[in-house]
Amino acid sequence: MNVRSNGPNFMQAAMNTKRNLVTAALVAPAAAWLCIFLVLPFIAMLVFAFGERAPEGGYQAAFTFAQFAKLPTRAAAFWNTLVLAPAGALLCLLVAYPVAYYLAVRANPRYRLILVSLVVVPFWTSLLVRTYAWMYILGSRGIPNLLAMIGIEDVRMLNTPGAVLLGIVYGYLPLMIMPIYVSLEKLDRRLLEASADLGARPVSTFFGVTLPLSLPGVMTGVALVTILLLGEYLIPQLLGGGKVFFIGNALVDLFLQSRNWPFGSAIAVTLVAVVVVVLMVAMRIAWKVAGTRQVDLV
Amino acid sequence: MTKWYRENAPITADKLADELMRLKRGSITRRHFLGVTGLGLATAVLARQPGLFNSTAFAGDLGTQMSIATWPNYHDPATFEAFTAATGVAVEVNVFGSNEEMLAKLQAGGTGWDLFVPTNYTISTYAKLGLIDELDLSKLPNYDASTETARFTNEGIVDGKTYAVPKNWGTTGIAVNSSKIKTPVTSWKEFFDVAMTEADGRAMVHDYQLTTIGNALVSLGFSFNSVKPDELAKAEELLIKVKPHLYAINSDYQPSMRATDAWMTMCWTNDGAQLNRDMPEIQFLLGKDGGEIWSDFYAIPKSAANKAAGYALLNYLMTPENAVKEHVANGAPTTDSRVLKLLPAEVTSNKIVYPDEAALTPLEFGAAVTLTDPGRAELMARFKSA
Repeated sequence: MNVRSNGPNFMQAAMNTKRNLVTAALVAPAAAWLCIFLVLPFIAMLVFAFGERAPEGGYQAAFTFAQFAKLPTRAAAFWNTLVLAPAGALLCLLVAYPVAYYLAVRANPRYRLILVSLVVVPFWTSLLVRTYAWMYILGSRGIPNLLAMIGIEDVRMLNTPGAVLLGIVYGYLPLMIMPIYVSLEKLDRRLLEASADLGARPVSTFFGVTLPLSLPGVMTGVALVTILLLGEYLIPQLLGGGKVFFIGNALVDLFLQSRNWPFGSAIAVTLVAVVVVVLMVAMRIAWKVAGTRQVDLV
Repeated sequence: MTKWYRENAPITADKLADELMRLKRGSITRRHFLGVTGLGLATAVLARQPGLFNSTAFAGDLGTQMSIATWPNYHDPATFEAFTAATGVAVEVNVFGSNEEMLAKLQAGGTGWDLFVPTNYTISTYAKLGLIDELDLSKLPNYDASTETARFTNEGIVDGKTYAVPKNWGTTGIAVNSSKIKTPVTSWKEFFDVAMTEADGRAMVHDYQLTTIGNALVSLGFSFNSVKPDELAKAEELLIKVKPHLYAINSDYQPSMRATDAWMTMCWTNDGAQLNRDMPEIQFLLGKDGGEIWSDFYAIPKSAANKAAGYALLNYLMTPENAVKEHVANGAPTTDSRVLKLLPAEVTSNKIVYPDEAALTPLEFGAAVTLTDPGRAELMARFKSA
């Protein structure tokens, strides 16, 4: 810009046009993608949500709020989702933080890359297969069988909310570890030394320096995992035995069994609204906690 | 569009060599190769001459893969392997736990199935919605309507047109692990009672409105097929009361029964026969208060991409010799007297597979109305999300 600032005006205008064209060309694929696969389906969903179920199932045009009036019949599924999703995310956080701390601060830098990739390796196997493995570990022939050997009889693990929570923590742990690891890795070691020089014990250094500086990563991880969990279907289906029901499961049922597209759409729209609210609240808390620092939420 | 002047001319030697190399490199499919070279047509024509080629039954282009939608534990994997060996067509098997799920997929479109296994009460709806083809019986020489039992096969015929041919018949009964549960279970009423007491946390119901709601209705003394709101409300009350005591809601119950995670389940004949064969302590019985008798069919979706292979596999499965092997493996009774004759005595004398006529009397065939009734669909969805 400054090079051309004293040149003729039309040249600058041409530069600007070119620059805008390049920007447009770079943004176009993502914009088109989002429009076709996010905005249009969402509009279709909104339209469906005010329609009626056709006699043989599916959708037929109408304008009614009847679908939204039926939302309370899925209260249990909303409740399960809104309780187990944040609970799962917090449990993930408790397990993930020490791991991320070790990887970023304590681990020998020579092995750090290997250790970090070990966190990611489970992603090479489908979550479906890994969740099936948990079905066998938690089933009668797994841990309950071992417990029976030491005299603790008749323990049931599979198809309980606890099993679902375990599956969630297992499945989503890497998504929590990585953002925390990244923010801890950027931590300036001199701050820790300064804290120690000024007489702080390691514990107060952790709570006064390390933890606050890693909060952006923590917030990113919690938001990421919570949002993904709000749409979770697979883990409750396999480890909950069709009894621990998330909104995702209710949606699958409505589209793939009852063929009630309008009601399914109404629930999906409501879920999107809930996710937006949760996200806004999370961001507000994040800003408050992190002060004026920018928080890189997803 | 105008045609290139050589388009219909025979392929030149150079072009054939070219295409052959492309096929060997994997740049084109076998199907494309046979098409552009005319070899596919030539094979089809020559294959009609008896004795020239051996695989006359599979003349024509079947492609290299097809897809079938069916139920859990309902086929002998060896059957599909043998079909692939004979035809070069690989079979992808999709397993479903309810007819409603199959209907939902077909309504949404793009299933990719070339053959599927719907149950008796659904055929008329599929035909009405135009989701399945009327079958071209000339492509199924191994099917013989005269040897079928009309009681089980009549629902495949809608308005005089054959839309589906029978696979097996069977019942929906109760499987009980007798080494774990001592209370005798002989009816659906006792099934739900025991599910809340001795089998607390160990009983399973299907993820399927027809049988789960139907058997709850039967236990209350109503018809298996009821769509009356007051009767459905009582069934819902019972199901919601039972739900906290259930082990799971799942139509694929064999793994849980075999692992003894579950001790009692709603169970189809074929699963009952398989479980009892491998674990004699698992007994299969029919509710003396009622329940379901069914017949399953093969049908071809209108949207099938590879109908030729669909027909070929269907014809293969209709061959009595192949049907016998399937029967011995999966344990579902046959509707075809040709197959019945070929069966070993230990199968035909198995009371799980071929129960006495008296035990079948209280049972009901599923009714078409239950498939599309919004009350039943919503009840099931509410029960699951409760």
